[in-house]
Amino acid sequence: MATSGNPAGGHGDPTRRDFLMVATGALGGVGIAATAWPFINNLNPAADTLALASVEVNVAPIQVGQAITVKWRGKPVFIRHRTPEDIKAAESVPMSQLPDPQTDNARVTDSAKKVRPQWLIMIGVCTHLGCVPLGNRPGQDKGPFDGWYCPCHGSAYDTSGRIRQGPAPTNLVIPEYLFLSDALVRIG
Amino acid sequence: MASSHGTPPVFNNKVISWIDHRLPIFSYIEKEYHTFPTPRNFNYFWNFGAIATVMLVLMIATGVVLATNYTPHVLMAFDSVERIDRDVPQGWLMRDLHMNGASFFFIAVYIHIFRGMYYGSYKAPRELLWILGVVIFLLMMATAFMGYVLPWGQMSFWGATVITNLFSAIPVVGDSIVTWLWGGFSVDNPTLNRFFALHYLLPFVIVAVVALHVVALHVHGSNNPLGIDPKGPQDTVPFHPYYTMKDGFGVVVFLIVFAGFAFFAPDYMGHPDNYVPANPLVTPEHIVPEWYFLPYYAILRAVPDKLGGVIAMFGAIAVLFVLPWLDTSRVRSASFRPIYKWFMLVLVVDVIVLGFCGANPPAGFWIPLSQVATLYYFFHFLVLLPILGKIERPLPLPPSIADAVLKNKAG
Repeated sequence: MATSGNPAGGHGDPTRRDFLMVATGALGGVGIAATAWPFINNLNPAADTLALASVEVNVAPIQVGQAITVKWRGKPVFIRHRTPEDIKAAESVPMSQLPDPQTDNARVTDSAKKVRPQWLIMIGVCTHLGCVPLGNRPGQDKGPFDGWYCPCHGSAYDTSGRIRQGPAPTNLVIPEYLFLSDALVRIG
Repeated sequence: MASSHGTPPVFNNKVISWIDHRLPIFSYIEKEYHTFPTPRNFNYFWNFGAIATVMLVLMIATGVVLATNYTPHVLMAFDSVERIDRDVPQGWLMRDLHMNGASFFFIAVYIHIFRGMYYGSYKAPRELLWILGVVIFLLMMATAFMGYVLPWGQMSFWGATVITNLFSAIPVVGDSIVTWLWGGFSVDNPTLNRFFALHYLLPFVIVAVVALHVVALHVHGSNNPLGIDPKGPQDTVPFHPYYTMKDGFGVVVFLIVFAGFAFFAPDYMGHPDNYVPANPLVTPEHIVPEWYFLPYYAILRAVPDKLGGVIAMFGAIAVLFVLPWLDTSRVRSASFRPIYKWFMLVLVVDVIVLGFCGANPPAGFWIPLSQVATLYYFFHFLVLLPILGKIERPLPLPPSIADAVLKNKAG
């Protein structure tokens, strides 16, 4: 039965033909994968999209207690000039009460490691499903923790933009930013 | 015997005969749509497959025409849709038919799915037929979602943002997948452009899967309200003229209601916020999807955890794929299942309740209500159906379709 040279399907040793079948199949598979990759990668962000410039914002006109929204990479960025009460409230929260524990200090440090507790700068996009939370404009619902409140699915953030209640898994994201002077901040 | 079925037809017309000898399309039509033996006892629920097909054709026809005037660019999309409404000859008609057509396509398909569930059409040997149907349903949802983004209004933009963000719940690779879907860092021009391309493509994929659905249907033929197989020619009638007429009648009635909405209340099922151009910096106070997605949206929100909500929402559809194996009862039609019959109606109420939950803000009693309704939805499929098939005592099945029909006539 198992004479060498018998086609595959018997119980004999792998033949030269078996080897060629497997090798051809494997090479074909690699070829298909390599050809598929450009089609898949083609949908990733293009160079001009990636090159979106950073924005520089003059924060001097923002009064204590005020907040502004600027657009960066197609997304809103919240810049809030926090009141001492806001800061105290944010700093006094025990870590055990936070679903995504992070100190307030860590959230107000720029990329030069300088801490400015009065300036909270974060991407104004709910970490649940991407809505823009309310609370950055006067008169808007700030939610039960006096920070921001997402009307889409009910996530509530505190005065440090940390998630406190609702379906969002993480705190509002802090973008990379650098204070070029006390009044000028560069985001991105 | 079924002499009309099985023997190749003879065509008197020489041209038809010549073509058919080389490409047997006329034989095919003759066999599958004329003499095709069909159970004689269909009720009007059996219209909805034909109705859904008509809606699909209507959506493609209006969609192709609309595409000739639409511009998939964030700066021009909204205005190009307004131009279609106001300036393009009959553009308003094409758009209203397309917008309302989506809703009525889903109405037809939801009734079609209910029919399949109530009369057990998914049971052996029609499991693949059912699964192909669920694939069509998924493709429809993807197509409808991407179509809703195209007018680039506030609901378009924020609907797209919320739904694409669902994928960010996937651990590790989620964010990369979302960036890949967007082609950028937010829903923006690359997103709109690709959604338009895919919205144009997917309906033709649906046509292909519908063709497979019909091929699978014609292997064992249609189920029927009694859920028993035809046992001979006395149980069937030829598809034409009996069901071409009955389907035609149902299609016309359905189209009358559809036309009523398209002409007299074209925005009734839409959302006024979508007539506000998209603004990436302001989320509308209350985001809702189109009505046909509301039950799934309610399930998404019922779970107080991002990944959990996403899994529950996709699970609600995934469970349909395995329905033929979850239902352990061998009796197809609910007419002979005294307990299942009522639970099937409870499921319909449950899905409607979920729809209302999805339409209302996630606050107050809507939260616990949507949680209870979500639990019941999964309870029905995962617990009730497997157990019910074992403990329920079905009513005696009639000996044949003809027997049951004629007895009904007499009595």
